[in-house]
Amino acid sequence: MGTPTQITDAPPPAPQPSLDKRAARGATRPGDRIFLGLSRGSGILLLVVMAAIAVFLTYRASLAISKDQGNFLTTFQWDTNLVPPNFGIAVLAFGTVVSSIVAMVIAVPVAVAIALFLTHYAPRRIRGPIAYVIDLLAAVPSIVYGLWGALVLVPNMTGLFGWLNDYFGWTGVFSWEGGAPRSMLTVGILLAIMILPIITNVSREVFRQVPQMHEEAALALGATRWEVIRMAVLPFGRSGVISASMLGLGRALGETMAVATVLSPTFDIQASLLDPGGGTFAQNIASKFGEATEFGRDALIASGLVLFVITLLVNGAARAIIARRKEYSGANA
Amino acid sequence: MAKRIDVSGLTAYYGSHKAIEDISMTVEPRSVTAFIGPSGCGKSTFLRTLNRMHEVTSGGRVEGKVLLDDEDLYGAGIDPVSVRREVGMVFQRPNPFPTMSIFDNVAAGLRLNGNYKKSELSDIVERSLKGANLWNEVKDRLNKPGSGLSGGQQQRLCIARAIAVEPNVLLMDEPCSALDPISTLAIEDLIGELKERFTIVIVTHNMQQAARVSDRTAFFNLAAVGQPGKLVEIDDTERIFSNPSVQATEDYISGRFG
Repeated sequence: MGTPTQITDAPPPAPQPSLDKRAARGATRPGDRIFLGLSRGSGILLLVVMAAIAVFLTYRASLAISKDQGNFLTTFQWDTNLVPPNFGIAVLAFGTVVSSIVAMVIAVPVAVAIALFLTHYAPRRIRGPIAYVIDLLAAVPSIVYGLWGALVLVPNMTGLFGWLNDYFGWTGVFSWEGGAPRSMLTVGILLAIMILPIITNVSREVFRQVPQMHEEAALALGATRWEVIRMAVLPFGRSGVISASMLGLGRALGETMAVATVLSPTFDIQASLLDPGGGTFAQNIASKFGEATEFGRDALIASGLVLFVITLLVNGAARAIIARRKEYSGANA
Repeated sequence: MAKRIDVSGLTAYYGSHKAIEDISMTVEPRSVTAFIGPSGCGKSTFLRTLNRMHEVTSGGRVEGKVLLDDEDLYGAGIDPVSVRREVGMVFQRPNPFPTMSIFDNVAAGLRLNGNYKKSELSDIVERSLKGANLWNEVKDRLNKPGSGLSGGQQQRLCIARAIAVEPNVLLMDEPCSALDPISTLAIEDLIGELKERFTIVIVTHNMQQAARVSDRTAFFNLAAVGQPGKLVEIDDTERIFSNPSVQATEDYISGRFG
């Protein structure tokens, strides 16, 4: 036996360290300096803008809340022209959270299913076109969704509402007194359609990045296609899907025009998702801002502050969920 | 429950490209067979036809017969999923599931195959980790993620995962090429132990490794880039490395290739 040689491709020889002294002072080169300044400046700018928004919201909100005669968090009214004024965000917080939950419950499973279909099931040649149509959905302005919701969705919901009332009306959540279906469920469905593209697209990117070797590991153990998805794809994509859902949730929480166009706003809380009424922060601000007095605007800004805080809390919770299982994250692969 | 592999007239394609052509060989049970040959000669492709992983690649298809004892893996009505449950595989880069603990990694295949009681599962996981010479290193952290182990430990974890389901054959695709010499030695020792229970086929670029671990060695080569890879010869390892019957084999193993 002769001298066995390594046949594998040898790595290219490491570049010789440069003797040029300027190289050692890397960060002082003009290009590095400019880039450092730009990126650092962008980071600082972002913090400044966030702080400015928070300060503005807090200041104007404090003007309104200090004169509020009712409890700002629990009052079921929005009478800013009364002397003394009496208003609270209870109804708005409830409506915002409920409509967003409905939207998420519908949109997340559908979006994940579409993303899995596009990455793991669909024939290659139809993946592109479907992804393109989903991108188009994201490009439709929200007022167009609102008009479609009011003119097409609302009149066509009565069948579904009747069916839900017949079979699930006993739960209270799906009871229906026969009013126009301009309710939280309709809003939630419309929001679900609106947030579907963002969740689908981000999830699709995440699923596409599952390393081939993890899927092959599952296949080699004798996993079926669905088992490969369950063992390798979904766990790997979990944190990405959560992030995608948060992007969608952010949009659902803050959606204004579509909700304002579809909902019949009232200032009370309905146990049923089917009976019309309720309201959301963004919809309430949009509906009332035009004719509000200076003080009324401060009150609306106060409600905006609450929405801001809710969004921060939701994002914080999502980050906590992702961080809790960090050591199992696919990023360690 | 090691089984004999009997391949006849096997040709594999990627789309219209013929990757390997007309390969026939027999792999004896309870032995280690090494595949050697230059890059691109199709030895990994051939390995992947033995558990029907080749067809997972888009455009991958196979002609010919692979008999496992008397059953044709490519016969009509044979489910590739059940083939892969009988023929385990270890890959070039250690690929434990990053989202699973060490325990769950080893149990992954078992959970696919059926319902085990918790105690049965623990027993099999322990036995498999011992079988992979990894038990002593991980027994105190079975519920920690597998990705926290060193490369060599991860590869032994993958071996434990593969043998946990008691396959008939164990395929290894360059299992040591991403590992340092110490970890490589650990895997080679392990291969020596595993061959008492399994039929082992290993692809390697390291000819000393082939000489150290295998009983039989198959040399693959290709006429030119773009040409299909072919089996040049298969013989007892000792003979391949001392007195091969084909000149090309001699040239390759002595480093006088081409």
